[in-house]
Amino acid sequence: MKQKSWITIAALSTSAALVLPATTLATDYRPAMLANPCAGCHGPDGDSPGSIPSLKGLSAEEIASGMKAFKKDRRKGTVMNRIAKGYSDEEIDLMAGYFSRTP
Amino acid sequence: MNNISRRRFIQWLGTASALGALGTPSLAFPNTGARIIVVGGGFGGATCANYLKRFDPSLEVTLIESHKQFYTCPFSNAVLGGLYDMDFIRHDYNKLQSKHRVKVIQDNASTIDPDKQTVHTTAGRTLSYDRLVLSPGIDFLWNAIEGYDPAASLIMPHAWKAGSQTRLLRKQLHEMPNGGVVIIAPPANPFRCPPGPYERASMIAHYLKQHKPRSKVLILDAKDQFSKQTLFQDAWDEFYPDHIEWVPGSQGGKVTAVDAKHMTVTADEEKIKAAVANIIPPQMAGDVAHRAGLTNDKGWCPVNQKTFESTIYKNVHVIGDASIAGKMPKSGYSASSQGKVCAAEIVAALRGDTIGASSWVNTCYSLITPDYGISVAAVYRLSDKGIVGVKGAGGVGPRDAPRATRRMEAIYAEGWYRSITADIFG
Repeated sequence: MKQKSWITIAALSTSAALVLPATTLATDYRPAMLANPCAGCHGPDGDSPGSIPSLKGLSAEEIASGMKAFKKDRRKGTVMNRIAKGYSDEEIDLMAGYFSRTP
Repeated sequence: MNNISRRRFIQWLGTASALGALGTPSLAFPNTGARIIVVGGGFGGATCANYLKRFDPSLEVTLIESHKQFYTCPFSNAVLGGLYDMDFIRHDYNKLQSKHRVKVIQDNASTIDPDKQTVHTTAGRTLSYDRLVLSPGIDFLWNAIEGYDPAASLIMPHAWKAGSQTRLLRKQLHEMPNGGVVIIAPPANPFRCPPGPYERASMIAHYLKQHKPRSKVLILDAKDQFSKQTLFQDAWDEFYPDHIEWVPGSQGGKVTAVDAKHMTVTADEEKIKAAVANIIPPQMAGDVAHRAGLTNDKGWCPVNQKTFESTIYKNVHVIGDASIAGKMPKSGYSASSQGKVCAAEIVAALRGDTIGASSWVNTCYSLITPDYGISVAAVYRLSDKGIVGVKGAGGVGPRDAPRATRRMEAIYAEGWYRSITADIFG
């Protein structure tokens, strides 16, 4: 019974990746909480319906290296140079990981 | 099973047995099924309702909104400029209901009983909540400008809530004579959408330059400074030197009275005749927040800036323009960003959990011409002084940005609009 329930949880956990994790480990909320505001420009789950580049479909490495290049002004942008400077490299990695895992 | 998985599993076992005791042993997640009522279906409330269901599908989320359709203030200036039709800024709640499983009630929250945790509506409903989220936007301080009351606003539109007011202002612009003066009167801080009046001046000037070239926009301002000021003024010098004049408050710009019958606006004891008068009056939190006793002496709602729970009543959260959110501006993006944090805080609190530190973002574009946009952005964090912008990040774009950047920002402005409305209503 316990084993069966665990499989159910595992299945739900993967199929419902957007649900806040059912855990008391506070750190588990961080990627989602860092990434949620990005949807305002990059679209729901990073899937942009308009002119702003989508994050959906990019690897964590692509997103993180892009953000870090904006942050250090090695890549020219418009608002992203200003926004990327608001995050630590660790936070950028967490956000990038979150978007790369979004189905 | 690694250590973290094992810990989660053990925690889940604990929760599952607790839920079992409540007679819901089939729940795999420690879902709460709590009843959440959200009042107000704008950028803050609709986002919060959407993300509450996303974070915890077991919640019973009810959105109370008095309008069947929602017209956004963002891009309403571009409608006035002739770039878009009203359809572009119109949204409905269909997908919020069918796709995101939010129950939407078209009704008006009249009173709130924070002790009994109930909301009464004008249609006679009484709804109980475990948590209440108010996102009531703004209402106006009528007669703060002498003579500017609801009746006057039908002759001199504020158009600071989009919809029929936007239509009225656009109609007046179309019908006014070539050579007439369009007065825009922005209020003192704080107010909804700090760069909005100046984008509006730009978009109306864009329309006048093409269709009524002998007309101009006269901005009679209560303030001496405004958002993105340098970038706006640089662009006005270039595009609208004959079509926009800005008078700061200290130089006689502050509007003290209007006479809607004779279409005059009084500033610095001088009566000025307007062909069109767009009076943007001083503001306060939306009426329902006042009726619920959630406002301070300045008319806005003090909240715990981590959770957005009211500091006046427990289990009542206030987000968006109505809330006092530290350094965050009263903008649609801010409200939406707050809606997500508030949703997560509520879900975590119902589980006896905490989400730790949050961050918020505001990005705001303004159109000067269809091909020339400017922006301001910030990343916000909670400090011991409330919500503040991260130092060294954010701000307005550089003054010497190349034309290609301005063009990209105009393109991204529309991209932003499509994304945020898809995120909220889609």
